[in-house]
Amino acid sequence: MSGEEFVPLSLTPLLIGTFAAIACALPGNFLVLRKQALIGDAISHVVLPGIVVAFLLTGAISTWPMMLGAAGAAVVAVVMIEAIRRLGQIEPGAAMGVVFTTMFAGGVLLLEQTDTSTVHLDVEHALYGNLESLIWLDATGWSSLLDVQALAGLPPELPRIALTLTGVILFTWLFWRPLKISTFDEGFARTIGIRTGALGLALVITAAIAAVAAFDAVGSIIVIAMFICPPSAARMMTNRLETQIVWSVIFATVSAVSGYVLAGYGPLWLGAADAVSAAGMIATISGLILALTAALGPCRARTGAPSHA
Amino acid sequence: MLELAAVQGVSTEEQNVDHSPLAIRGLTVSYGQKPAVFSVDMTVQPGAMTAIIGPNGAGKSTILKAALGIVSPLSGQVMVYGQPLDDQRARIAYVPQRASVDWDFPTRVIDVVLMGLSRQLGLLGRVRARHKARAMDCLNRVGMREFADRQIGQLSGGQQQRVFLARALAQDADLYLLDEPFAGVDAATEKAIIAVLKSLKEAGKTVVVVHHDLATVTDYFDHVFLINTRKVAEGPVAQAFTVETLQAAYGGRLATAQIDQISRALG
Repeated sequence: MSGEEFVPLSLTPLLIGTFAAIACALPGNFLVLRKQALIGDAISHVVLPGIVVAFLLTGAISTWPMMLGAAGAAVVAVVMIEAIRRLGQIEPGAAMGVVFTTMFAGGVLLLEQTDTSTVHLDVEHALYGNLESLIWLDATGWSSLLDVQALAGLPPELPRIALTLTGVILFTWLFWRPLKISTFDEGFARTIGIRTGALGLALVITAAIAAVAAFDAVGSIIVIAMFICPPSAARMMTNRLETQIVWSVIFATVSAVSGYVLAGYGPLWLGAADAVSAAGMIATISGLILALTAALGPCRARTGAPSHA
Repeated sequence: MLELAAVQGVSTEEQNVDHSPLAIRGLTVSYGQKPAVFSVDMTVQPGAMTAIIGPNGAGKSTILKAALGIVSPLSGQVMVYGQPLDDQRARIAYVPQRASVDWDFPTRVIDVVLMGLSRQLGLLGRVRARHKARAMDCLNRVGMREFADRQIGQLSGGQQQRVFLARALAQDADLYLLDEPFAGVDAATEKAIIAVLKSLKEAGKTVVVVHHDLATVTDYFDHVFLINTRKVAEGPVAQAFTVETLQAAYGGRLATAQIDQISRALG
């Protein structure tokens, strides 16, 4: 494919998909190890009341208020989950289940009870996003990357997800050591002065922000898949957290790129007329990678099985 | 010591708090309706090896966790070398119960020991050759040097316990708090651990161990602290570890055979 075709039509969706996948996979590594991976599901449900409230307040469907509403709802949800988990001394999965079902129900109730019939909340859009539509029509080829005028026409999702990814990388890099220690041994972490409660909250808030930014760009399917599949697959490739992070980024990138390409061209190769959803295909590829590593990965183990088995 | 303090008045009591590596006053901790630890005073003697003893669920581990700020007490005060805990964290090393962590965590033995140096390393400090050498030295002291590059899940229970002890050694503390370090470990590991703890004592460090094996108390320790939610006895083994205090702590749960064995051990 030539630059004239690739840059306007495929470059931006590929970049957005890849950035979103990595932004979710990075915190996913810690969430999976902390047995909090369900947080991706939780966040994709709790954004509904946030979006409805944002719409009720502004009366319009516009991106920024909706994203702020979604992010606000996500942060409220993770704070509530942490509070219920710590005060009730119950496992994180149960706390998440209580919070996200309640908030999702509240969102549906709000939608039904208020005059929002004019709002078209498209389920398909929410699930699969519209990665294919995030094209860059102002571009004419690779040279457009240096053309200020053309760059101004970039889909706004790209700088947004790039900024989010930068934030996620900074957080992971800066707090790498305390994150690792407190994920492994929370009691010990506290004795050396790490504020494990605040750090755990910062981690889930980072994950929530990544989820909302990715949700806006690519839909919730990718968010849920990328929190869990690349980190879990990466765990079975290595016994070192440092290497696991690298593998998870590789798997997230491979899923995003090959998923996008296969969704666009796969059906044509098979003789079908239409392309399939890129988001759905990206999630499918990440699932296939997970299945492959679960079957063949060098460092898989049956947790709970006797160590000599 | 406490009895002495009572005789000589408040000033000695204050001196005790100032000089004790770990002084606890009026500690009450509750996980639910029932208190796990109720109104407990404890004054750890410097340079001694102290065993915290009591039946299951008597609050032994809870005392350590409250002393370290891992659980928040309902009331009470914890002083470390006469100062609040937060000012003295660098002087304390903690060995949690082995079962409290997930040993499938993707990390190597050496990385766990390096966690003991994290206060020194700070947020972004690089692990340099001297840090690695120090970690290897600590592994050597517990006889685990050749396991440095193993994934921690591949170790036996006793080996895992020794790695935890090596991490505490890397912290280079003055006060070592260990929660059931001998639980479910092999005889070789128990020997290795007690040798390290005795060497710490010889170096003038203070060691406090939550301990469950009454038969080894007189061999391993010079001070005991008996607890059953409330404090039962505290002092040198010869005075505080008696058939009477044990019966008071364990009630009917101590078999006659065990009492006979302990009586014989106590001479």
